[in-house]
Amino acid sequence: MTSGSEGGIALPRSIRKNWDLYLLILPVVIYFLLIKYLPMYGIQIAFKDFSAAKGIWGSDWVGMKHFVRFFNNYQFWTLIKNTVGISIFQILLAFPLPIFFALLVNEVRGKWFKKSVQSITFMPHFLSTVVLVGTVMAFLSPSTGLVNNVIRAFGGEPIYFMTEPGMFKFIYVFSDIWQNMGFSSVLYIAVLAGIDKHLYEAAMIDGASKLKRLIHIAIPCLIPTAIIMLIFQFGSIMDVGFEKIYLMQNDLNRTSSSVISTYVYEIGLLGSQYSFSAAVGLFNSVINFVLIIIVNQTAKRVGGTSLW
Amino acid sequence: MEHAKSASWGDRIYDISIYTILAIIMLGTLYPLLYIVSASFSDPISIVKGELWLLPKHITLNSYEKVFHNPDIWMGYRNSLIYLVVGTTINIVMTTMGAYVLSRKDFKGRYVLVLFFTFTLLFNGGLIPTYLVYKNMLGLYNNLWVMVIPSAISVWNLIIMRTYFQTAIPDEIQEAAFIDGCSNIRTLTSVVLPLSMPIIAVMTMYYGVAHWNSYFTALIYLNDHWRLPLQMVIRNILIQEDMSAMAGSEGESLVEQLLMAEGMRYAVIVVSSIPMLLLYPLVQKHFVKGVMMGAVKG
Repeated sequence: MTSGSEGGIALPRSIRKNWDLYLLILPVVIYFLLIKYLPMYGIQIAFKDFSAAKGIWGSDWVGMKHFVRFFNNYQFWTLIKNTVGISIFQILLAFPLPIFFALLVNEVRGKWFKKSVQSITFMPHFLSTVVLVGTVMAFLSPSTGLVNNVIRAFGGEPIYFMTEPGMFKFIYVFSDIWQNMGFSSVLYIAVLAGIDKHLYEAAMIDGASKLKRLIHIAIPCLIPTAIIMLIFQFGSIMDVGFEKIYLMQNDLNRTSSSVISTYVYEIGLLGSQYSFSAAVGLFNSVINFVLIIIVNQTAKRVGGTSLW
Repeated sequence: MEHAKSASWGDRIYDISIYTILAIIMLGTLYPLLYIVSASFSDPISIVKGELWLLPKHITLNSYEKVFHNPDIWMGYRNSLIYLVVGTTINIVMTTMGAYVLSRKDFKGRYVLVLFFTFTLLFNGGLIPTYLVYKNMLGLYNNLWVMVIPSAISVWNLIIMRTYFQTAIPDEIQEAAFIDGCSNIRTLTSVVLPLSMPIIAVMTMYYGVAHWNSYFTALIYLNDHWRLPLQMVIRNILIQEDMSAMAGSEGESLVEQLLMAEGMRYAVIVVSSIPMLLLYPLVQKHFVKGVMMGAVKG
């Protein structure tokens, strides 16, 4: 329990007066303790040789053995390269597009058209990852897929997209753009809608063309938000999601689709090497933690905004 | 619109390019969706032969018939609905309780608690320790609880809701309730909550969509086939291509089975997305609202 900061008597009185507030928050605190913090107690198995018989607490300490093994693993650099590579590729391509899209939508005057554009482009965002990957696989199928039907119609040879390692990153990022570009623009569209109309009127009186108004008013107004979003994207560079990559993965594209999170799942849950995979996961969590701290400090300095 | 007449050539070209690009983006987004729907109503042979471009060819409901005759689909639907309803109810109750208490300025220790909660966004146990603790210490494995308890509170949603309580509910109303002798809980249920329906709608959508679309928890923690949610069922069909087993019935050749499977693929996508499509206008509205509410804080 925390002790009252305003003298010893403050807390007891506050509890007496607001006892039912404590009652309300109690289940929430218990939830966080059991569901979020108790697993952290399990992290110690990364430094132990976990055996189911001895349990988390009773297993024997082995120090940094599992970490050393991971760093010397022949897959180590492949995993890092794939994890960071997919993230960077994602930032380069998928990050600027919603901004561009928001700028376009903001220029539309017709209410009906504007609404249709948004309703349609937001729609794929709500499809599940399974449906998205299932769709991608159906479209890219070498024998029956639409894309290869088009290629064949133009006399080309069908391409085995899903099993070609070099294609993985592209498929991952382009399907993400199709799914999320529209919805990711919501924030930017809101910022643009909040721009003071007088700025535009003043520019119009000065004879600025629409393009000039876009470049000198709309874009500068978006930059602070965009920078913050970009910084946070960099914070999660080692944190590429498991769900979609795992579904897109197959034995033939593995050289470019194995990332840390799928590797942890494979060796940990499928291979039952609990301690080793816990060490790999911890290594990843620590890097993520450090990155997000650095990024938060940067955001504070650059944009005056931060998570905390 | 009076200045439209005096618009320069440059501005007109600018407008035309913008509308053209947007129209292309719109069609590019829409086309795959339309193709899926068309393919689901078409004879699989025309899909395989590449005859299908936009409108359904040789309209048939065969694919849907196969899908609806599949017991796993119904099972998945039923399970997903249970997880959705139970899960979202727990989400709303827990998030409301936490958010309300954290919104109260006279609640001592709320800063410490916010730190305690948000720390879990930055650092967590990781997949394997979490799995071992849930399974061996908490009994969260292969049951309903593992589908609804670990996801009970999203810290982001907690913060968004707290901000709503702080900004949208006037302090005076709550104070008046206290003067009338209401307890805190009474004030929450009969004064604050009736004024909070917009945020509760947003939260219901956020949590509901997340429950409906997730497969990760089921992949890791469910063991029994009969407990699988819809997303796991359709994963087996769409991605593991476990289709011949599903579409197959006596007396069909392998080619027929493969064809059938091809058509089913699209019907499965449509069937699993129907709830979302039906609720889409509602879902969209509230998701957009939620982004705005989050942005107020951010």
